[in-house]
Amino acid sequence: MLGWLTDPFASPIVGRALAELLILSLACGPLGVWVLLYRDAYAAESISHGMLPGLVLAALAGAPLLLGAIGGVLVAAAGIALVARDQRLGSDIGVAVCVSTLLGLGGLLALSPDSPLRLQELLFGDLLGVSGGDLAVAGVLAGGVALALLVGHRSLALVGFDRGSAPSLGAQPLRWELALLVVLAVTTVAAVQGLGSLLLVALVLAPAVAARSLARRLAPVLALSIILAALSGAAGLVLSFHLEVAAGASVALCAVALALLAPVARLSH
Amino acid sequence: MTAGVVVRGLAGGYVAGRDALRDVSFTADAGQIVGVLGPNGGGKTTLFRALLDELPIRRGEVALSGRPAYVPQTERARLDFPVSAFDVVLMGAYSRTPWFRRIARDDRAAARAALARIGLAGDADTSFGALSGGQRQRVLIARALLQDAPVLLLDEPLSGVDSVSAARIEELFAELRAEGRTLLVATHDVRQAGEWDRVLCLHRRQVDYGRPAAVLSPETLRETYGAELIVLQGGARAVGVGHHGHAH
Repeated sequence: MLGWLTDPFASPIVGRALAELLILSLACGPLGVWVLLYRDAYAAESISHGMLPGLVLAALAGAPLLLGAIGGVLVAAAGIALVARDQRLGSDIGVAVCVSTLLGLGGLLALSPDSPLRLQELLFGDLLGVSGGDLAVAGVLAGGVALALLVGHRSLALVGFDRGSAPSLGAQPLRWELALLVVLAVTTVAAVQGLGSLLLVALVLAPAVAARSLARRLAPVLALSIILAALSGAAGLVLSFHLEVAAGASVALCAVALALLAPVARLSH
Repeated sequence: MTAGVVVRGLAGGYVAGRDALRDVSFTADAGQIVGVLGPNGGGKTTLFRALLDELPIRRGEVALSGRPAYVPQTERARLDFPVSAFDVVLMGAYSRTPWFRRIARDDRAAARAALARIGLAGDADTSFGALSGGQRQRVLIARALLQDAPVLLLDEPLSGVDSVSAARIEELFAELRAEGRTLLVATHDVRQAGEWDRVLCLHRRQVDYGRPAAVLSPETLRETYGAELIVLQGGARAVGVGHHGHAH
């Protein structure tokens, strides 16, 4: 039994994938909790999907995916802000219009006949292709995100709990709402190499949903979200190894399974 | 007597050219409770935001004896937020605690004491969202106690609150007055405001300010509330109606 669990990680490829996921868990777990508490889940989904054209262009030009992700996130965020400024439409519609346009544009670029790249890698990530350099980049970005969330912890709590009285207690709502979106964008860039533009949202939101239903106070919820994200990562890799299915998708499905099981675990207490 | 709140010629609002409130001038001394009366949209919350220095557009002068504490209406707070009553009270100490420090032991003790003072010592670990409306209001007041502010601004702390909570809150108001703090209490209850030291009547401007006996005349109340006013028992009790929904 123990061998069944540890065998997959004997391969350095799977070992690096696990390291990547453990690093990402540090950022994705707590970020997901804040995204849920700020009701920003839709924005999280949108930012990660909207950067697809950036990824495709970077891949076509032979540039690092990281650069494409940064450019894509910036364009998506600017587009959403621009469309949402039209008062007749509102932000929901602004996001929907922008994201479907960008996703369509990304698909168009990637699926053109003379395009050599593999679209699926950009959509679903390439966990088993993670290099040492990728790990270092993810480490820096995820570390930065974790640190930012730690520094802003109390201010984020004040604004999330009661926006109206937050300024009188020392936190400016607009500043921290914007900061959370920036952190979200950085996390998206950090996670796209491993999980792709479609699946990374699962590692952000699902462990946070599970942690929210298992704990009642902020600090335990945040700690649990990291543990559950890491657990989904490890479980997903083991399953993908033995069942010979895609690694990123297995990780995403394990995270979602945890989110579905968590309320049951709580009820049976 | 030292002044707690001095306001001279205050006007302002949220949009340029459209004052939500104007012509406000009053002085509240330390150790006074001021009842702030007015209809919905009459400027009570706007006045508080001006005193908190959060109003986008503000003219005139405002002087406070120290940084004020604000107690919002309880329905503004998120009930699904993962915090206990104790966690919420501790928020009162956040602005004096650097991010890398734990909340000081003295502040933790003060938070427990504030909960005990408001009659909720046994509910420290209860989720904020699981408390009753009156208990939540008391927790938010305990948070303001932890801020240890000389001036407290309370936005309808007694509306929709159970009688046990209301009694405890009113006792606490008397204690805070005795400590020399200045309390501005927005309320819809004219009878209650009549029991405090001063009454400020607002209807997008200052209608009147002074001792309750001088201010709470049927004419002033009519001018303050307009069509919203119902006078019961020949003016002995007057109640503003329409407690729901605020523009800001």
